[in-house]
Amino acid sequence: MFAYYFQLGLRSLRRNPVLTALMVIGIALGIAASMTTLTVMHLMGSDPIPWKSDKLHYVQLDNWDVNNPYYDDGRPPDQVTYKDATALMEAGKADKQAAMFKIALPIQPENPEVKPFQSLGRATYADFFAMFEPPFAFGGGWDRRQDSEHARVIVLTRETNEKLFGGQNSVGKTVRMNGIDYSVVGVLGNWKLRSRYYDLTNGAFADMEEFFIPYTAAIDLKQRSSGNNSCFKTSGDGWDAYLQSDCVWQQMWVQLDSPARLAEYKSFLDNYVNEQKKLGRFERPLNNRLLNVTEWMRDQRVVSRDVEVQTGLGFAFLAVCLVNTIGLLLAKFTRKSGEIGLRRALGASRRQVFTQFLIESGVVGLSGGFLGLLLTGLGLLAVRALYTEYKTVAALDWTMVATTVLLAIAAAVIAGLYPTWRACRVQPAAQLKV
Amino acid sequence: MLKMTHLQKVYRTHLIETHALRDFSIHVREGEFVAVTGPSGSGKTTFLNIAGLLEEFSGGEFWLDGVDVRGMNDNERSRLRNEKIGFIFQSFNLIPDLNLFDNVDVPLRYRGFNAADRKHRIEEALSRVGLASRQKHYPAELSGGQQQRVAIARALAGSPRLLMADEPTGNLDSLMARGVMELLEEINRQGTTIIMVTHDPELAARAHRNVHIIDGQVTDFDDEPTLARRSRDDNANHLATA
Repeated sequence: MFAYYFQLGLRSLRRNPVLTALMVIGIALGIAASMTTLTVMHLMGSDPIPWKSDKLHYVQLDNWDVNNPYYDDGRPPDQVTYKDATALMEAGKADKQAAMFKIALPIQPENPEVKPFQSLGRATYADFFAMFEPPFAFGGGWDRRQDSEHARVIVLTRETNEKLFGGQNSVGKTVRMNGIDYSVVGVLGNWKLRSRYYDLTNGAFADMEEFFIPYTAAIDLKQRSSGNNSCFKTSGDGWDAYLQSDCVWQQMWVQLDSPARLAEYKSFLDNYVNEQKKLGRFERPLNNRLLNVTEWMRDQRVVSRDVEVQTGLGFAFLAVCLVNTIGLLLAKFTRKSGEIGLRRALGASRRQVFTQFLIESGVVGLSGGFLGLLLTGLGLLAVRALYTEYKTVAALDWTMVATTVLLAIAAAVIAGLYPTWRACRVQPAAQLKV
Repeated sequence: MLKMTHLQKVYRTHLIETHALRDFSIHVREGEFVAVTGPSGSGKTTFLNIAGLLEEFSGGEFWLDGVDVRGMNDNERSRLRNEKIGFIFQSFNLIPDLNLFDNVDVPLRYRGFNAADRKHRIEEALSRVGLASRQKHYPAELSGGQQQRVAIARALAGSPRLLMADEPTGNLDSLMARGVMELLEEINRQGTTIIMVTHDPELAARAHRNVHIIDGQVTDFDDEPTLARRSRDDNANHLATA
């Protein structure tokens, strides 16, 4: 009977085109408003690496001022010092580990037709590539030996390789940055990251870096971070003093492949900080944290409060549209009292009438869903045009397409409950005499 | 086929009680063609609605084709209505946006027949009323008489044991009315029991017997030959409307 009721629902759409159009447009507008905002929120907050997000952990150590916490709510600093990052890297207690920081260097292309340009990059360790699993078009990452040799090697992103080498396999070629040559060991493929989750302290939706070089090589070159740097006391004069200071400017990630390894690493961190306390550092109470990817994204409010409020408003608008739909469905079904009475006389039970009209509401919802999908697409185009930083999250994925259509159907069915209940209460005898 | 004994139907509001049927008894045998007459407000339509399981009753007994109807829930009543009863209404009650085929299909869908069975029954019912060639037409494209024939085809398609007709010719001119009446007589000859509510004494006279209702009670109910009863019915009508 579902197919029959569905067919009747489609016919009914054609019977009152104006009423139908009002309902469908109402639902579509409500759906578009709510789904545009929900899509942005969903993609902002979605797990960027679901197969291992529970294994990757962000390290936080509380080396901050004893009288003045980093955050009022007691959370430790968002980044770590050079001293701690290198100590943790040397200890090597995690299954994989990578300290990192954001850098900016001018690239001087070999090709005289391409002018030198400033580019953003990341200084990190070899494990970065195994931990965050970017796809490679050519070559691969460097290895741990090259980390310890402070090798001048470079991994280019696809876009940078396109700019410098026309997209050709550039492995083995040289890139000159700030007067120093780096040998290309790998070129990334199409790494579709919605948020740059491995460095949220410098903007989750900021542009991705254009190259990666070994951390050790960057430190040799006294390369300071071009990202956030926080100090609670003066860092002293000179590069060495800066490295030895309590300024936090590095991100530290570890991969821990099992809950047991996580517990071990926590214990190791506590021991490390307790040892440091003996040296006069870490004056605050023990406050180490190891947050996995999704916890870290929540902590850093990747989905901002504004986006949550906008989504709430979108759904409030949908609710208003649904109230309007309830009224229109009531009008529509009241006009069909005669048909309802007739169907009851011809053998339809109340339950069958209820099902038929609920499916008819669902058909209205389905139509509203398709139009809503189109409007959601336009809404996201507008978001991309207005907020370029959201370009990676203002796009429909299949989950959201299905959610849009299902939400529209569910909304229309819910709106149809009361009118349908009223419809199936029609007394057939009262409708059949004219 | 249909037996009501001491049936009561009371409409209650918080102020008054209205007895639409009181101590109402009737027995319609299988194969009969019974005309129900009576003045407006006498309870004819209430009787038809209860007999057609469209309304519940307040007291008494009602047996339909050997089934005790008392205490049945909505599903059971709908099922029984669908299987046993065909309806013909004064205003045809065809669904305007369904073609003739789909209109006749409506009761068959609720019966749960498969597609092939439904198609066979629809075509047979439409050809029985002489409209086989107009399956794809819509009700608005037909005359009143043709629309009533479609309604009859819809009532017949499920092979009901009982046909309930409420003023079936009330909206038709005399020529069309005669055609519809002849069709009902033919259906009855083929074995279907018919109960027809009518104001028209001429139509009533063509039934096997007449049942006259006044003030919710059967006032005249026997097996006398129709023609002998006709003049008395006319008098009763005259008195009732006077």
